[in-house]
Amino acid sequence: MISPGAIGLSSSVETAPVVELINVTRSFPGPPEVQALRAVNLRIDAGDYLSIVGPSGSGKSTMLNVLGLLDRPSVGEYHLDGQLTSLLSEDDRAAVRGGSIGFVFQAFHLLPHRSVLDNVLLATLYNGVPRAEREHRARAALDRVGLNHRLNFLPGTLSGGERQRVAVARAVVSSPRLLLADEPTGNLDATTSGEVMNLFEELHADGLTLVIITHDVAVAERAQRRVRIADGQLSELA
Amino acid sequence: MKLQRWLAHLPTRLRFARAPGKAAEATPKAALENVAVAPAVKHSDRFLVQDLIIEASFGIGARPSRLIMTTLGTVLGIASLVVTIGFAQTTAGQIASQFDAVAATQVVIEPGSSRDARGKSQSTARLPWDSGERVERLAGVERAGLIAAVPLGDVAITAVPVNDPSAAETLSPPLLATSASLLEAVRGRVVTGRYFDSGHDTRGDRVVVLGANAAEKIGINRVDSQPSIFIGDRSYTVIGIITGVERRSDLLDSVILPLGTARADFGLPSPDELQIQIQTGAGDLVARQAPIALDPNAPENFTVQAPATKSELQESVQADINIVFLILGAIALLAGGLGIANVTLLSVMERVGEIGLRRALGATKRNIASQFIVESVVIGLLGGLIGSALGVFAVVIVSLTQGWSPVLDIWVALGAALLGAVVGLVAGAYPANRASNIEPITALRGGT
Repeated sequence: MISPGAIGLSSSVETAPVVELINVTRSFPGPPEVQALRAVNLRIDAGDYLSIVGPSGSGKSTMLNVLGLLDRPSVGEYHLDGQLTSLLSEDDRAAVRGGSIGFVFQAFHLLPHRSVLDNVLLATLYNGVPRAEREHRARAALDRVGLNHRLNFLPGTLSGGERQRVAVARAVVSSPRLLLADEPTGNLDATTSGEVMNLFEELHADGLTLVIITHDVAVAERAQRRVRIADGQLSELA
Repeated sequence: MKLQRWLAHLPTRLRFARAPGKAAEATPKAALENVAVAPAVKHSDRFLVQDLIIEASFGIGARPSRLIMTTLGTVLGIASLVVTIGFAQTTAGQIASQFDAVAATQVVIEPGSSRDARGKSQSTARLPWDSGERVERLAGVERAGLIAAVPLGDVAITAVPVNDPSAAETLSPPLLATSASLLEAVRGRVVTGRYFDSGHDTRGDRVVVLGANAAEKIGINRVDSQPSIFIGDRSYTVIGIITGVERRSDLLDSVILPLGTARADFGLPSPDELQIQIQTGAGDLVARQAPIALDPNAPENFTVQAPATKSELQESVQADINIVFLILGAIALLAGGLGIANVTLLSVMERVGEIGLRRALGATKRNIASQFIVESVVIGLLGGLIGSALGVFAVVIVSLTQGWSPVLDIWVALGAALLGAVVGLVAGAYPANRASNIEPITALRGGT
């Protein structure tokens, strides 16, 4: 009924895109019915660097929800790594979310009472990273974002740019297939946002698939592919 | 390499996927297959109880001052419950120990009686003369002795045989007849001289023993000169004076002679009652067995007064637990529970961002709910432990100042602490449910 075994699956992964949205519509019922996404088609291949821009209310949040497995499309298919996600149970979606998707947010969302290292370790808690590897991987991730000298600091003592770098380390510690960044520079000034974008680009150069949702044109223009969303409809810019 | 690891567990997870239209039959098979092939994540690498406890403890420890305020209601409620039950048990212990000293070791058996047509009380049985020997063979019986009132009629008891018409007429002390073992059965004490023995009894020797009050009244205070008293015109040698008779204090006012003597001289028909000293706790046993030992054919004809057994005593005292204080404790506990619910709800609202983040990092709704449930259970348990300890402490302190021995069932103290945890569990259910239903993206975009 589904691909017979690991061999068939891995061969499909070679060719299948990381994300494939086919005719995805997300509508919210109740008068008046709102269609936040309308018949969206989007293909993101492994190693893509994509930005999604659009004014507020254009459907960016819904796009993030759907891509991050936090919401289900009303109509249409979402294939993540060639697998149809609508067939997963809630718990399986949570597990895939924890293991395959990394999130970076505008507001950082670091736990204020936990050290930098603990904050990064939090991302290994729910997705089955082997216990013995966790600390090693968290330190490696913090090393990667250049914060290995801040391991035991509390987030409150860090600058905005450093906090966002901690959040990036947390997002990549479980080696996700897809990194979703939601306005990652919204709380940063020009200099630090440049630093963070440089970090994203380094990670992309290492092979990470990156989707940045933003309303900042300067940030969006750094991406290889740019997608504009307006009124729930998607148009590729470049 | 990391990609391979991810691929290794993704397929098995995705095999949960159901073919459209075949969902019902596919699911169990897929689940089995999932187990059979390879578990996607080793159990030890999943989100386990230990992780849950660590995460919850950080949540609890984040705001210590609020924690204190939160537990206060539970502390008060649990403490007042423990104190109430503790005082009830302590006073019960006081009553029981007094009860033990006075009557818990005494059984009295009398022949049953019925009323005849003229309303006159008639004995339906008769205690055998060897009742003492019969019941002393029973387990739990320490000493047993017979006692009988001897009707005097108009015979006077005097220290001198001279009938002095000018002297004021004195009321004669009552005359009692007992077996030799009675003194011990009623815990009497010899002041001077001795009590008569079974030899006196068998031979019907004319000896008497005086109760301390009777001796004073008659005017005899020493027996080494072998004083005599006269009952009617017969002389009896006084061989001892007794006191301290707790069970039958009327013995102190009486002149006491052996049963055998009373039968020979006054025609005593039968003993009145059998006094038995028993071991503590043997009341039931002796009350059941003694009538059979006395008359195997008609044991029901005897009236037995036996001490209440321990369970009856406890039941009667437990009814005395102060209902008002229990209700107050329950109300305080309710307030404590509402306090926990309130603060947990507040904490959920404050930590919306954290909840959204955890969901994004792969936490299921159940993971989130259980984290908040554990937090409130731990807060409740903490309040329960502190309250229980305070309650025990209060009971001990008050008992010490009152000179009582504090009594408190260990299970009351432990159960009260656990009750705190239950309060936390109940109080945390609604906030945890709220937390688990928070929409992750709304939470993550809302700031904080």
